[in-house]
Amino acid sequence: MTFFEDPVVFLSNLIQDLLVGLNLAPSVVTFFMTLLGVVIVASFGLIAVIFLIWLERKVAARFQDRIGPNRAGPYGLLQTFADIIKLITKEDITPDNADKVAFNIAPILSVVSVLLIWAVIPFASGWIGSDINVGVLYIGAVGSFGILSVLMAGWSSNNKYALLGAFRAVAQLISYEVPMLITLLIPVLLARTMGLMGIVEAQSTWFVVYAPLPALIFLISSIAEIGRTPFDLLEAESEIVAGFHTEYTGMKFGLFFAGEFLHAFTIGVLTAILFFGGWRGPGAETYPVLGVIYLMLKALGGYFIVMWVRTTLPRIRIDHMLNFNWKLLVPVTLALLMLIAVLDKAFAGTALYLPALIAANLVVFAGLMVALRQLAVRQRKERKRFKKRPVAKPA
Amino acid sequence: MTPIQLVFLFVAFATLWAAFMVVTRNNLVHAALFLVIALFGVAVLFVMLEAGFLAVIQVLVYIGAIAILMIFAVMLTRGDVDDIPDITNRYAGWVGLVAVLFFSSLVILMAQWPSFTALAKPILSSRDTIVELGTALVSPNGYVIPFEVASVMLLAALIGALVVARPRKGK
Repeated sequence: MTFFEDPVVFLSNLIQDLLVGLNLAPSVVTFFMTLLGVVIVASFGLIAVIFLIWLERKVAARFQDRIGPNRAGPYGLLQTFADIIKLITKEDITPDNADKVAFNIAPILSVVSVLLIWAVIPFASGWIGSDINVGVLYIGAVGSFGILSVLMAGWSSNNKYALLGAFRAVAQLISYEVPMLITLLIPVLLARTMGLMGIVEAQSTWFVVYAPLPALIFLISSIAEIGRTPFDLLEAESEIVAGFHTEYTGMKFGLFFAGEFLHAFTIGVLTAILFFGGWRGPGAETYPVLGVIYLMLKALGGYFIVMWVRTTLPRIRIDHMLNFNWKLLVPVTLALLMLIAVLDKAFAGTALYLPALIAANLVVFAGLMVALRQLAVRQRKERKRFKKRPVAKPA
Repeated sequence: MTPIQLVFLFVAFATLWAAFMVVTRNNLVHAALFLVIALFGVAVLFVMLEAGFLAVIQVLVYIGAIAILMIFAVMLTRGDVDDIPDITNRYAGWVGLVAVLFFSSLVILMAQWPSFTALAKPILSSRDTIVELGTALVSPNGYVIPFEVASVMLLAALIGALVVARPRKGK
């Protein structure tokens, strides 16, 4: 095996040989290699954020007919570094009556909860932090640390607005975890494994072809999980200052900020892995580097959609947010899961498999549209009953 | 002593310490946060027993639910979270006695079990443990009856919660 075929395996073999040559015990060598892997994967995530913040600001600027950062460095590439220096040099304030320990742990936990997802991301054939057999469930589990971090931040700040933001966050994040976890089950069902590597390897046809609707719902509920516009009720400036991170300053705020951006990109990566074939692409089996490039391109595609939604839609009201989840997403995902499970059992291995699954998606989508139309008609009738409703007229 | 034993001792003591802190804190939110550490310690122990599925479910179900618990702690205790001056009541002595009795009888029972001092064997099965667990849960020779009974009970609880929370007509 040469360096150009598979640089990561080549280098890790090289380092391992070097350590064994130093007469270290095998358990120490394994420990050191694991530690090295953790450091590399975590650093990759954190360094990617620096680039992602620049990218998001540029893209958002284009959507709003601006140019975006363009002063520091070529195309404003060094803008984020300037921002980091600014954040580090800012005064680090802990409020007097804050709960010191919880207040300081919360931002770290918020970043860690996202970085933990990267441990099970298959970057390319054979490049994965840990190919555990419960990968998909693991993603759901580490998400609960994110919820906890928001609540800890909101409560420990000893600020009413922060606490209100935290309450909203819990209502939203726990609600949207339900459709997200159910849609996560659909790739598991199609691939017959919970390991993310297995899911990627099973996608000789991308799962988005079998299950377009679950892919869309996964993306929507994931955007709600990050708490971005249109689901940014946890930090709605016009109502509750900045929500759970009102009291945070300097780099502690920076950690929440970085965590959010990294999470948004991670959503893109997860969508790519679960529904768009992950690292699969021409030549990715023999040259894993190509696989990483394919995965990152697909992930940036997903990230672009997240940014697009963010810059286009306004914030939705809190009752709409909860209704949308519990009355629309949850029933639809449950119906889809049951339908796909039954059809999968009935048509697995036959030529009808793909048409049956696509038909199921279409039927659910059509039913959804009919139901929404009826709801709209009913609401319109309701409004017509109030003939004398106040209407703004020119004087 | 192997590294894995060192990790076990550290995690076990951390879990016990956190569990002790849960019942001795004056502040409900602090107690809930220590409960997170204790439950996470149990999840780590599951990982060390090669029960990855249980570990993940432990984190997902228990630590995920702590957030709700904290919300209740904040909202149901006089609007703000004051420190509770005295966390014991007049039954504290009796409850402590029952706890000690229960724990010591458990230790005595466990000590008589021959595998108590044996080291954990590596899992020999070549099949995926998740597949084994899944089939065991729904196979008639496995645990299908407890599994279904638990499902029906949870469903009943769900419907019960809906009925209780539903606004009554005429109000």
